[in-house]
Amino acid sequence: MPTVSMTVNGESVSSEVEPRTLLVQYLRENLGLTGTHVGCDTSQCGACVVHVNGKSAKSCTMLAVQAEGSEVSTIEGLADGDTLHPMQEAFRENHGLQCGFCTPGMVMSAIDLVQTNSDPSEHDVREWLEGNLCRCTGYHNIVKSILAGAKAMQG
Amino acid sequence: MNDANNKWIGKRTIRPDGADKVTGQATFGADTTMPGMIWGKVLRSPHAHANIRSIDTSKAESLPGVKAVITSADVTNYSPEKSVILGIQDMRWMTRNVMAREKALFHGHPVAAVAATSQKIADQACKLIEVDYEVLPWVVEIDDAIKSDAPILHEFIEFEGKPSNIAGTLEHKKGDVQTGFEEADVIVERSFTTRPVHQGYIEPHACLVSVSADGRATIWSSSQGQFMVRAMTSMLTDIPQSSIRAIPAEIGGGFGGKTIVYLEPLATILSKKSGRPVKMVMSREEVMRASGPTSGSKSTVKMGIKKDGSIVAAQGTYYLQAGALPGSPIRGAVGCAFAPYDIPNVHALGYDVVSNRSKVAAYRAPGAPIGAFAVECVIDEISEAIGMDPLEVRLKNAAKEGTQAAHGPVYPRIGYYETVEAALSHPHREIPLGKFQGRGVASGFWFNAGGESSSQVNITEDGNVVVTTGHPDIGGSRASIANITAELLGIDYKRVSVLIGDTATIGYSNLTGGSRVLFASGMAVTDSTEKVIVSLKERAAKIWDIDPEAVDWEDGYARPAGANAGMFDPLSLEELAERATETGGPIGAGSQLNTAGAEGGFATHMCDVEVDIDLGIVRIIRYTSFQDVGRAVHPSYVEGQLQGGAAQGIGWALNEEYIYDSEGRVDNPGFLDYRMPVCSDLPMLDTVMIEVPNPKHPQGVRGVGEVPLVPPLAAIRNAIYDALGIRFYGLPMSPPVVLEALEQGEAAE
Repeated sequence: MPTVSMTVNGESVSSEVEPRTLLVQYLRENLGLTGTHVGCDTSQCGACVVHVNGKSAKSCTMLAVQAEGSEVSTIEGLADGDTLHPMQEAFRENHGLQCGFCTPGMVMSAIDLVQTNSDPSEHDVREWLEGNLCRCTGYHNIVKSILAGAKAMQG
Repeated sequence: MNDANNKWIGKRTIRPDGADKVTGQATFGADTTMPGMIWGKVLRSPHAHANIRSIDTSKAESLPGVKAVITSADVTNYSPEKSVILGIQDMRWMTRNVMAREKALFHGHPVAAVAATSQKIADQACKLIEVDYEVLPWVVEIDDAIKSDAPILHEFIEFEGKPSNIAGTLEHKKGDVQTGFEEADVIVERSFTTRPVHQGYIEPHACLVSVSADGRATIWSSSQGQFMVRAMTSMLTDIPQSSIRAIPAEIGGGFGGKTIVYLEPLATILSKKSGRPVKMVMSREEVMRASGPTSGSKSTVKMGIKKDGSIVAAQGTYYLQAGALPGSPIRGAVGCAFAPYDIPNVHALGYDVVSNRSKVAAYRAPGAPIGAFAVECVIDEISEAIGMDPLEVRLKNAAKEGTQAAHGPVYPRIGYYETVEAALSHPHREIPLGKFQGRGVASGFWFNAGGESSSQVNITEDGNVVVTTGHPDIGGSRASIANITAELLGIDYKRVSVLIGDTATIGYSNLTGGSRVLFASGMAVTDSTEKVIVSLKERAAKIWDIDPEAVDWEDGYARPAGANAGMFDPLSLEELAERATETGGPIGAGSQLNTAGAEGGFATHMCDVEVDIDLGIVRIIRYTSFQDVGRAVHPSYVEGQLQGGAAQGIGWALNEEYIYDSEGRVDNPGFLDYRMPVCSDLPMLDTVMIEVPNPKHPQGVRGVGEVPLVPPLAAIRNAIYDALGIRFYGLPMSPPVVLEALEQGEAAE
């Protein structure tokens, strides 16, 4: 079995994995980072979005070995101790979730949006989120959360 | 409880599980692991309909790494001849749904299951199971299933004296429709179809089960009811309920689809056989093929109206797909269809039709959107025929307090009229529309539900509060319970922790479903908290040596009242908690109620669409929901229900449908081809919450979760008519369908 090495949430990890292991399986099953979710297996729902080298990526659509040498961050790596990342705080304060299953992927996608476009409009947010499904909220409070989070990230 | 004085009820407090959900700490169905855990996998039927002659599992069993293989022989059998009722389910169907018994009844029906040391080996083992099938003719559509020469799924089901795919009927009658139609100036009769749609929860079904050497089972799973999981698993495994502990995971959406079991009994039997903890997780494809969508339907609705706008007679006939085993939501279709209106003569009839599809499961106001779709479309047409605004027609015929509903009850104070009034006077109605834009309205009703709920309210030694209820929190109910408890105790809501107990730690609580949770658990928690307050007052009285009747509880303090007012310093919750031992021991109280009085919920929706006539795409440009919510204990999560239901309705109306191929297989079992609304499909979804408190609930709560899915289908269809002058009679109104209608210049009127 090949060995894969990467940095996950700032810590170096290295494991033997079957070549067919998906990045999401590696994160969830090998590293126990179950905040990254699997909803569809086919890269529509976005519950599995993580950052690979700072850009959002669907971890169900990547092999673990493709992340060799990469910096990976997951929802578990965002908060600074007890202080939530501004985007996490925005979702919490704006009730941007009902069941919360899509939330980690939404937050990770939203942060990448704001890194790309620091002052997104409602339209920008809606277009960006096409790859993240939510079935509970009708996206209303998610859009509100991301607009608030974007402002907060600008400090 | 006076609104003006409320500190917490009606406030947008931060949900207790918010931090866990935004940091990935929340534990969903697939997130639990155990030492020694192995993986379960289901082998599914490759045929839409087939007799199972034999199953040979020997090759699979001898594959290294395989620890157990099971078939229907391992699942408790119930004769198909006699019903075994559990809640709204029948276990003779449930045993055949979790594992095919005599026959495979749909493509994807489980026929065997394995547990192995890796997912890869489990996959390989499934391929080694040899099933001898006798392939049978199959049928998936209603029209085909009710033909006299249709393939019959179950020989023991008879209708009008012959084996049939019609498994049941339900009828509601009020007055005499024939006489009613004779009084009408205009009569419109139309036929409609809707397609099956999936609840679309993003979290696939998942569980982990560990059966110990002495036969006790612990189940971690995501469901809409840990007690349902316990009861069904018990009945399908013969393990007594007292030996099963069902622990609810956080649930990643359900919308009704997680009110029955699929995996838990199989994982339990696999764990018992293998002696290892067994984890099972469905793929999205398995969710789409083999868990329950809601019914597809065909219906005919006829309504008669006088020129003055009074509806004098209404008749509806509904055929609903049950899937492969009986039990479609005809009660919702037939009972809710005409429920918003005071119509003197009503006849509603529903048929439950089996066919070779996965068995339907509940979906948000089960059956009601189907019932309302036909009725609300016909109301649009009769309104046009007499030249009256469709909202004015609804207002004129609105059911009110004292109206006898066709499905039985005489309504107490309800808020339907107010939803129409609010729509009539809302600025949305005045916004000008452009070319190919249109506006539609429709209304809807859901029964709501009460039933069993348990709660425990404990005061911690440091004077804070832990509340335990028995309902998985699917949309923010913990936040609402925190608001109620904080309000009653007069303390900051942050001092209240709300937990969901497992089947061993809290009393029986019925499903999270039917819009019952905050109604019922709100009552149970109110009862427990009031008992706690009585105890706190008694303790203060003891400390002060006065009569407990002479103690008030106010803003988190016991205060001497009446003749003793001002004689002693008030005692805080913290002080009383500190002195609990000397005043009678631990402070806490439980309640186990069978709640009643969950009165109906009503909504009216207004929707603006714009049609791209080149592509046939219908875009929702404006949407406002008006709903009687009783009392919005936590407004954000009430609005969330209204918004989420509208979005699901938009998907149902415009894009979502199960497509079957020529072999009776679902052809679109994934989110690429099963097109749910994405963020860019929707505008902001406006909500107007009308609060007509339920007189039978301590906080005035009415269920709010189901109604929002009832009006959208017709509201959107009526808006498309306003935009194009084309009336559609089937769903979804997807781009190919709209384009075809545009090309044909098809106008029904």
